[in-house]
Amino acid sequence: MKRAGFTTRWLPILLLLPQLVIIAVFFYWPAAHAVQSSFYLEDPFGFGSSFVGFDNYTHLAQSSEYARIAKFTLLFTILVTFFSLALALVLAVKADNVIRGAKTYRTLLMWVYAVAPPVAGFIGLLMLNQTWGPLAELAKSVGWDFKLGVNFADTAAAMVLVSVWKQVPVNFIFFLSGLQSIPKSVREAALIDAKSSFRRFWDVTFPLLAPTGFFLLVINITYALFDTFGVVDVLVKGEPGNNPMTLVYKVYVDGFRGNDIGGSSAQSVILMVLVLALTIFQFRLIERRIHYT
Amino acid sequence: MAQVSLNKIRKVYPNGFEAVKPISFDITDGEFVVLVGPSGCGKSTLLRMVAGLEDISEGALSIGDRNVNHVDPADRDIAMVFQNYALYPHMTVRKNIGYGLKNRKIAAHDIEAKVQAAAKMLNLTDYLDRKPSQLSGGQRQRVAMGRAVVRDPALFLFDEPLSNLDAKLRHQMRIEIKALQRRLGVTSIYVTHDQVEAMTMADRIIVLNNGQIEQIGTPAEIYHRPASTFVASFMGAPPMNLIAAQGHDGRIMVGDMALASNNIIGPVTMGIRPEDVEIGPDCEIPFTVDIVEELGAHRLLHGQVDGQDFTIHVAKDVALSAGPIRMTIKPEAMILFDAQTGLAL
Ligand SMILES: Nc1ncnc2c1ncn2[C@@H]1O[C@H](COP(=O)(O)OP(=O)(O)OP(=O)(O)O)[C@@H](O)[C@H]1O
Ligand SMILES: [Mg+2]
Repeated sequence: MKRAGFTTRWLPILLLLPQLVIIAVFFYWPAAHAVQSSFYLEDPFGFGSSFVGFDNYTHLAQSSEYARIAKFTLLFTILVTFFSLALALVLAVKADNVIRGAKTYRTLLMWVYAVAPPVAGFIGLLMLNQTWGPLAELAKSVGWDFKLGVNFADTAAAMVLVSVWKQVPVNFIFFLSGLQSIPKSVREAALIDAKSSFRRFWDVTFPLLAPTGFFLLVINITYALFDTFGVVDVLVKGEPGNNPMTLVYKVYVDGFRGNDIGGSSAQSVILMVLVLALTIFQFRLIERRIHYT
Repeated sequence: MAQVSLNKIRKVYPNGFEAVKPISFDITDGEFVVLVGPSGCGKSTLLRMVAGLEDISEGALSIGDRNVNHVDPADRDIAMVFQNYALYPHMTVRKNIGYGLKNRKIAAHDIEAKVQAAAKMLNLTDYLDRKPSQLSGGQRQRVAMGRAVVRDPALFLFDEPLSNLDAKLRHQMRIEIKALQRRLGVTSIYVTHDQVEAMTMADRIIVLNNGQIEQIGTPAEIYHRPASTFVASFMGAPPMNLIAAQGHDGRIMVGDMALASNNIIGPVTMGIRPEDVEIGPDCEIPFTVDIVEELGAHRLLHGQVDGQDFTIHVAKDVALSAGPIRMTIKPEAMILFDAQTGLAL
């Protein structure tokens, strides 16, 4: 590849500067601040703070509530990731077989992507409203007394449902383009080699989609862990109480509601480490990403 | 192994384009038929209909004694070799070759034995554990062949299997495929737009043009007795000379020269292969050489007869340069075509 060079040293730095400043101000500085705060105990009334070492972390490690939320977050992440990927894959395979009107379907499915998480949460709220939400009524008609915001399991189900609904379009688009990049002749060769469409899918299509699938797996885990904040926030209506919540939401609840800046910072640091690990994993994956041709 | 019969097979694509006009022909058991024609004439479409990859709009197709119009590709007992090989990129050579057998419920040790035998036949034994991306173009081509051979099908279908190879490899594979087909005796349909491949490999050639059959015949028939000016100019390199002439008084006149004798009256197109022309000082027809094309084994003289382009094939020891010479044509080699329809008279 040809590399274009700059004639001066400072020009590229100058061009990068705005981005670097943004990263520094909105990422490194708060991150450093969080790390620092996580070692202090802040007075809830704002009268200074005292150094407590790893106390905030040991508290978290011993907290049964934190363990419970961590477990819930894990389950939530698994469910959201699994259903988002599975549904999107089914839809993509179906859409891939459609020749007429394929574009319309794709656009309709993509629409959901443009909906911001809190708005998605709000739509979920409307649909699942205990007294008049159509989905809640549907649940009632099959004998499920759906109580959003009251029953823990029901609220959790709503969180999963809305989060999945919001993520399916992204996965769908990736899967569809993955499917369409499989050479037509390879599929035709499979058509001659295997009669069963089930076998063709598992032996040929699915392995060729695997790189896309791995990539999406990481994206979806990250999404379920962090980007569902808006959905969670709207669905629990700021009343954490007995309601399910994810680790990210707990950071917010403890820090901004409970004014426990130290504990909240320690939680953020733990999440930061998690993101870091995921990111490294993803980069490794992309490096090794199987290039078949 | 089987005979194949196409009865008024037609293809209209969903957009209304008629890619194949009703076509009928039969292929006998073990025969090697080559479909040849210019790009876009419907060769692949026809082959893909036989494979079951494309719906047949009208007509009946049978392989063996079975009508297969509505039979799945996997159940037609065919194997196909694609132009870009269409190997499964994530499978090793061994799995690529064995995949079709695996899906036909053949025992694992039988598959292995068959794969080994096919690999041996195609010199692929050392590459069985490689992925297609680790192979050269020629080796991939062999794997594609192996995938077809191992199945021992009733019918082989080839869609320009050699067009992605360089000239030397193509020549070698041409001979190998033909020898393999002879040995296995599997009925084959081979699509190509390369008329040399068609001539050298075919038992019978089918020349297609615009979704229609122009001519069916042995390579010799197609070459020496083309049914139309289209076939005459498509087959052969250089192609047959075609010049506008007039039948008059029992002679074929080009300008004011009588080139041959024939009782036809009126305008005709006269066809003569470049090698069916003799040159010499005593010959009756004047010819102006513009360019001498040196081909090593022989030479081609490009020039004009009465202002019309004409090519003469001469032996390598005929030393000539541009300028006027004299020639004569072998009357028995001359073919006359209708000036309007282009069909042989
Ligand atoms: N899916 C399709 N829909 C409409 N027209 C098509 C379709 N596929 C092919 N055609 C048209 O049908 C004609 C025949 O195509 P085909 O692929 O059979 O040509 P071919 O003889 O194999 O040419 P080539 O030597 O270039 O491979 C072409 O004019 C092509 O444009
Ligand atoms: Mg073709």
